[in-house]
Amino acid sequence: MKDVAVKDAGRGVLQRIAGPVVTAVGLDAHMYDVVKVGEEELMGEVIRIEGDRIIIQVYEDTSGIRPGEPVVNTGLSLTVELGPGLLKSIYDGIQRPLAALVDKVGDFIERGVSAPGLDRTVTWEFRPTVRAGDTVGPGSVIGEVQETSIVHRVMVPPHVKGGVVKSIERGSFTVEEVVCTLEDGTELTMMQRWPVRVPRPVAEKMNPDIPLITGQRILDGLFPIAKGGTAAIPGPFGSGKTVTQQQLAKWSDAEVVVYIGCGERGNEMTEVLIEFPHLQDPKTGRPLMERTVLIANTSNMPVAAREASVYTGITIAEYFRDMGYDVSLMADSTSRWAEAMREISSRLEEMPGEEGYPAYLAARLSEFYERAGRVRCLNGMYGSISVIGAVSPPGGDFSEPVTQNTLRIVKVFWALDAKLSQRRHFPAINWLNSYSLYLDTLTGWYDEHVSPEWNHLRSWAMEVLQEEAELQEIVQLVGSDALPEEQQITIEVARMIREIFLQQNAYDDVDTFCDMTKQYDMMKAIKKYSDLAYAAQAAGILPQQIMSLKSKNDLPQIKFIRDYKPVLATMLSRMDEEFNALRAA
Amino acid sequence: MKEYRTINKIAGPLLFVERTEPVGYNEMVNIVLHDGTVKRGQVLDTSDELVVVQVFETTAGIGRDSSIRFTGETIKMPVGREMLGRILSGGGKPIDGGPEIVPEKRLDITGAAINPYARASPEEFIQTGISTIDGMNTLVRGQKLPIFSGAGLPHNDIALQIARQAKVLGSKEEFAVVFAAMGITKEEANHFMADFERTGALQRAVVFLNLADDPAVERIITPRLALTTAEYLAFTLGMHVLVILTDMTNYCEALRQIGAAREEVPGRRGYPGYMYTDLASIYERAGIIHGVKGSITQFPILTMPGDDITHPIPDLTGYITEGQIVVSRDLHRKGIYPPINVLPSLSRLMNLGIGEGHTREDHKKVSDQLYAAYAEGNDLRGLVAIVGKDALSERDRMFLEFADLFEDRLVRQGPYEERSIVQTLDLGWELLAMLPEEELVRIDRELIQRYHPKYRAEVQAAG
Repeated sequence: MKDVAVKDAGRGVLQRIAGPVVTAVGLDAHMYDVVKVGEEELMGEVIRIEGDRIIIQVYEDTSGIRPGEPVVNTGLSLTVELGPGLLKSIYDGIQRPLAALVDKVGDFIERGVSAPGLDRTVTWEFRPTVRAGDTVGPGSVIGEVQETSIVHRVMVPPHVKGGVVKSIERGSFTVEEVVCTLEDGTELTMMQRWPVRVPRPVAEKMNPDIPLITGQRILDGLFPIAKGGTAAIPGPFGSGKTVTQQQLAKWSDAEVVVYIGCGERGNEMTEVLIEFPHLQDPKTGRPLMERTVLIANTSNMPVAAREASVYTGITIAEYFRDMGYDVSLMADSTSRWAEAMREISSRLEEMPGEEGYPAYLAARLSEFYERAGRVRCLNGMYGSISVIGAVSPPGGDFSEPVTQNTLRIVKVFWALDAKLSQRRHFPAINWLNSYSLYLDTLTGWYDEHVSPEWNHLRSWAMEVLQEEAELQEIVQLVGSDALPEEQQITIEVARMIREIFLQQNAYDDVDTFCDMTKQYDMMKAIKKYSDLAYAAQAAGILPQQIMSLKSKNDLPQIKFIRDYKPVLATMLSRMDEEFNALRAA
Repeated sequence: MKEYRTINKIAGPLLFVERTEPVGYNEMVNIVLHDGTVKRGQVLDTSDELVVVQVFETTAGIGRDSSIRFTGETIKMPVGREMLGRILSGGGKPIDGGPEIVPEKRLDITGAAINPYARASPEEFIQTGISTIDGMNTLVRGQKLPIFSGAGLPHNDIALQIARQAKVLGSKEEFAVVFAAMGITKEEANHFMADFERTGALQRAVVFLNLADDPAVERIITPRLALTTAEYLAFTLGMHVLVILTDMTNYCEALRQIGAAREEVPGRRGYPGYMYTDLASIYERAGIIHGVKGSITQFPILTMPGDDITHPIPDLTGYITEGQIVVSRDLHRKGIYPPINVLPSLSRLMNLGIGEGHTREDHKKVSDQLYAAYAEGNDLRGLVAIVGKDALSERDRMFLEFADLFEDRLVRQGPYEERSIVQTLDLGWELLAMLPEEELVRIDRELIQRYHPKYRAEVQAAG
């Protein structure tokens, strides 16, 4: 951050270096001030003050740095640059654009390089939406930029008092050029800065009562998340956590997606980086990347920057929310973030809490998730941030502190299950252990937008699955033939719900996204079979005869058919005919 | 270079040195004993008053009269093409009786992180000739795929077989193996070396040996030396490098030992809280870079203490690597080699490297179907133990038999048996052919008609 370096709010010297944590003396500093460490000016942040000793976490490798080297305080806290140019960008944890770093230092990230978060040379076509003489306040939209397919609304920064517009420009400008001047002399550019550790202010937090449609049947159908809600995906490795998150990033009906790869694999990040630009947004037909901001701080990049990456991501998300957009933020994985906190805490020799994590782990997690929500912005528009955090419990043990503290905060839990993924049941989300606490608040929406029947269908499906789980225990012992006839049908219906409705193929062009109408139609078809089968059984027909009917075997096919309605109608009328024939015989 | 005789405290592998000039963090240190012996170490913590040095060799003989020389630079590895065919100690010194290595370059062993933006996506299929890997958990170039094993299991034989047979089909590019042994026994090392020599693999290999009786602390730098060498061979000389690291469990033990000596707050099971980051700094040094010819593929081997996959070492490894190959004691007891249990095994990059243009169009579907059928058969084994075979339905008995045949025919193969991917897939079809066609729900009709032995026979008969 070039322009940050020019400020000089005090100097000191290094006294001690132990990994990413260094100590400086003789420095006038406040907590969370950003400092430049050593002759190479590595970026760091003040995290503790003990008398004259200032403890700093450094965002880059500290090898070779010696005591006695200078430390310069910038007097600013860690900030991100917000303005046109964010979308389509790929940043590291402290908002350095990775593409610019490749141009500067090559394929490996050398330390001490810096590049501004927003490109200073690009010009954007600014269209004012207010006129001279209008009154603007904090958060007011003063103009628009067609950034990609997304309209970037240029706002008065939240901490600027506002006033009467004296003059406003129209035309091409860089992010540093003044586009608007207020009567009191305040000059506004298209760029604003915001400290990442401070939530951006809002007028009011609203209740989340609209679902975030993801096109994933088990999520929308059984365990929905609301726009502005919070969800956790824990999963032992190899259970398909990353694929699920990527599906969410691709298909959820949020307007802007912020994806934080926090302490994860380099090759996996590459897959995202390569795949997203080629993926089409199902709504606009434009590349998905046009509404995405990626933050990639892989596991081998400096640990302090990993700690910061989550804050960088959510601050960018808040900025787009303030424009009135629905934003979804994926953090993969919050466990790596917690581990970064643990690592830094242990370097500070702080008294550890559970499993070596700092005692403030729970507080940090809840502060982070609390930045989600559906809000009325300062400018009166409505926006939301839905946070979906992945958790990677060591050894798949959900009782560990990060998972437990996360579960206390989030409202939706999608329990990934390695057993299911071994069976190639995808998405491998366990329907018995997962839950959503938004069901009640979302009922109204489903009644209105899908069907008044939907909520009943959902409860019915959950009951069948629950009953199956109990019956399976018996089957394990005595075999399925020993069950009463009625329960044999229950087992069959549950199998259909699992294989037809819950299993979804992320790699199939059609099945990868399933809208609510189709979900409703599919569930209704299964329910219809269930009703017919129970009725037939009650009329004395043997379960074997009922299950040998062919029409239901075609049902899974509709998953893969785009224009499924006529096909489904034919299938259902065949089902009726078959059952009628069976009863007539 | 200034010398200091101000050692104040020696604890385990750590020296605490007082009153020095400013010393850089991670700087390399020489310790000169009174008899002139020189030992090497590295700065772990530096301040005006006190410098903590971690010694890579045994601290035997070091006393308060020993002198400390700070070299002013971080640890560097001399690298060059002529390293191929050489055997080096875990500290990077030649131990094969040959001459010193004349370096073409001296590189920092920490290595910088590859910019995720500069990485290219791995997608070139590597044929290992082992069916359970090629068919079910396909390895691709640039991947890091560890072998999770247990004490007394033949993971070394599997690693050797991979090193012998691994190839990219239809390519004649320069290929090298970097082998880093950490804390393995002399006997195991001999086993590796004998095989390398017999097959001629040594000529295109660089071997780093830190044996069980070598200093544990040296194990911290061995993999880094190996990977620095691998990066030079791959990204400067344009070779495709296969890195075998064995045994990562010993590496982690050494990490714990140092953590304890520094009196750090321990994390799970006494391992340091930064073990994830530390392991990532090793495993992440694999991959392919846009516009650069070479590649690094990693095969770390680790033995799971008590065969426990939730132990911190396999657990943290699994979170960083792109899948894992799990060696199973049950299969080993049944006398099956290689005893790879495909169910908990996984290759996360498999889908990038298979299918038309890579292997064969039916690869994914065949693999999925084999997985599903084997998982079902394997589950039934538990049921059989309770109710007996007779209580099973005919369908269940069929899957049970499938699981047995799968292990016997597809999993089992000789240590020198190299199966091509086509052989592996055809073998898969042969096994699937014993199931009724309507059970093959994961394969399209079209592929069944093209590859199912029944239709193939018909096609051949007709043709």
